[in-house]
Amino acid sequence: MIDGFTVAGVRHEGGMAVLYDVTHPAHDLPMLMKIPRLREGEDPAAIVSFEMEQMIMPRLTGPHVPRFVAQGGFEAEPYIVMERIDGEPLSHRLRALPLPPAEVAAVGAAVADALDDLHHQNVIHLDVKPANILFRPHAEAVLVDYGLAHHETLPDLMAEEFRLPYGTVPYMAPEQALGIRSEPRSDIFALGAVLYQLATADLPFGEPQHLKGVKQRLWLDPMPPRRRRPAIPPWLQEVILRCLEVLPENRYPTAAQLAFDLRHPEQVALGTRAAKTRRDGWLTVLHRRFRQQEPVARRLATRTQIAAAPILAVAIDFGDMTEDLAGALRNQVQKMLASRPGARLACLNVLKTALLSLDTTLDEHGRNRHVQRLVELQHWARPLGLAEGRATFHVLEAADVADAILDYARANLVDHLVLGARASTLQRRVLGSVSGKVAAEAPCSVTVVRRRGGD
Amino acid sequence: MRLALLADIHANLEAFRACLDHARDRGADRILLLGDLVGYGADPEAVLDLAMTLVADGALALLGNHDEAVLAPGTAGMNDMAAAAIAWTRTRLSEAHRAFLASLPLTEEEEGRLYVHAEGSAPAMWRYVSDADAARRSLEATTAQATFCGHVHRPALYALGETGKLTPFRPVAGAPVPLARHRRWLAVLGAVGQPRDSDPAACYMILETGSLVATWHRVPYDVAAAAAKIRAAGLPLGLAERLFVGR
Repeated sequence: MIDGFTVAGVRHEGGMAVLYDVTHPAHDLPMLMKIPRLREGEDPAAIVSFEMEQMIMPRLTGPHVPRFVAQGGFEAEPYIVMERIDGEPLSHRLRALPLPPAEVAAVGAAVADALDDLHHQNVIHLDVKPANILFRPHAEAVLVDYGLAHHETLPDLMAEEFRLPYGTVPYMAPEQALGIRSEPRSDIFALGAVLYQLATADLPFGEPQHLKGVKQRLWLDPMPPRRRRPAIPPWLQEVILRCLEVLPENRYPTAAQLAFDLRHPEQVALGTRAAKTRRDGWLTVLHRRFRQQEPVARRLATRTQIAAAPILAVAIDFGDMTEDLAGALRNQVQKMLASRPGARLACLNVLKTALLSLDTTLDEHGRNRHVQRLVELQHWARPLGLAEGRATFHVLEAADVADAILDYARANLVDHLVLGARASTLQRRVLGSVSGKVAAEAPCSVTVVRRRGGD
Repeated sequence: MRLALLADIHANLEAFRACLDHARDRGADRILLLGDLVGYGADPEAVLDLAMTLVADGALALLGNHDEAVLAPGTAGMNDMAAAAIAWTRTRLSEAHRAFLASLPLTEEEEGRLYVHAEGSAPAMWRYVSDADAARRSLEATTAQATFCGHVHRPALYALGETGKLTPFRPVAGAPVPLARHRRWLAVLGAVGQPRDSDPAACYMILETGSLVATWHRVPYDVAAAAAKIRAAGLPLGLAERLFVGR
């Protein structure tokens, strides 16, 4: 019995801490108590890392972290009590690798969602690996163990206390091996290493035993996943290798953008990474090794960085839109993209399906309609002059236009929706306003574009 | 208990009032004024009157180097602008104001917390804790678990661990930081009346004594009014201009 918590038994014995099942009359949820190993001669990092976890965990909220319940300080018995996540850790699935590409993408998107949430809370995990990834019953990923994490509004005791980088070697980003702890894209690198492992059953950089070996990843590129497993589609290789770029600025700018690509494989722009069939030649590697471009510590806060690379979505309603409004909408989008080079744009159109009739899109006519809408979306976006991969095009089929846009925004972590106001006031009166409903219910900012005085 | 810690008010009545209101709205139980009530600004009388009222109601006030300078002749060690403001301030104060300033202690200690205007190892030397070495010197010279000081005009936090490593940290406004009990801490309050970290908003701290959670707050105030008074008083113009940019 500790502070009213009844200890039921040992759940897990880890290197730095022991986890116990506990109950408490005032808390009606499955709970774990984490107690650090503080014996003489233990690594002092274990203590500091537990201190960090005690500072960070009470700050975290949402479905992607275990709920914090209570903690005890070092004056007596230090502990943290948190929600127990009963789903399997991802590490249990390592026995049955490789996973099919669709499953790799689904797992990756779920973990990227969790990282996006964490990064929005000013936290960089810095120890993303299969053992620290769990899943809730409805498939949301939960990241556990904040002992190595960095919180931007709290002192980073790990950074000053130890010269050695802490992390898990096979998944550690190159900048982390150099001691940089303030880079959110380190988590994207680690997730890329996890995806590489899930897709190929191999680790991208092996398991080096010394820091020198870890630093090899600064210049030695991993074997392309398709070389190991030809069944891996080029888009997945593109995504994985982009995560594993040496310089953070060449990786996905945000976890949300990574999740987006994993959810829309057909829209991934295939570049040289997708086409890579072998490791870089020895001359290239040698060149890289001696003219190494090292990652440098960032000065931007994570939230600032995320804000610079938002996912914008523009909903275009061809049936109802004058050329004038289409132009105004494009103008608006152009302005929003211009100031943020990391931003990407999803162009949406909703193809209405009748609720009760047979799904007409299955026939030839329906397919043609779908393709026609895609072509029109691309035509609308052409004057924006966006590089391939920066804009994607999506025809959503749904009975309710506003619901379709809202669902899309939720599922794809859209940061900002732009849409035109419906032109005809009579129609708006009869059908209700799509923009009004979207603006009221959207999980993000919404900009409604309307011509002055109406059309 | 919820403490509001304010330092370097520097005769800036607008900033002082804005911080006191802000702290009251957040349920502060007690006010601590960690030195430099006067100097630089144009409202020494009003600021001192307010401080004296607060002290009569149970607030703590400590002596700062500018407070000391108005009591003694000379302005050794001060730059021209500061010296000009001190000379002007001397002409404004009543005997009661002087007696109040003369009664202020250099330090105060309660429940393992040390309050001081400048630095803990030699409070009367007015040394600046502007880096980790200075923080270490102060921490090693005292036994307090947590030291709170001003003087630097830029918020900062230093943590000293059991292994002797010192972690410097730049606090983020509005983000609470728990000061864990088995570690020693030195917290530098930002300035109420003359911030110098490029943010013109007044800076002060709220400290929960039970959980020992510290939160630095930034409070916007009527800079134009404070600056206008400085100009009207004939004080150096630079003292007015710097308030707009927090320098």
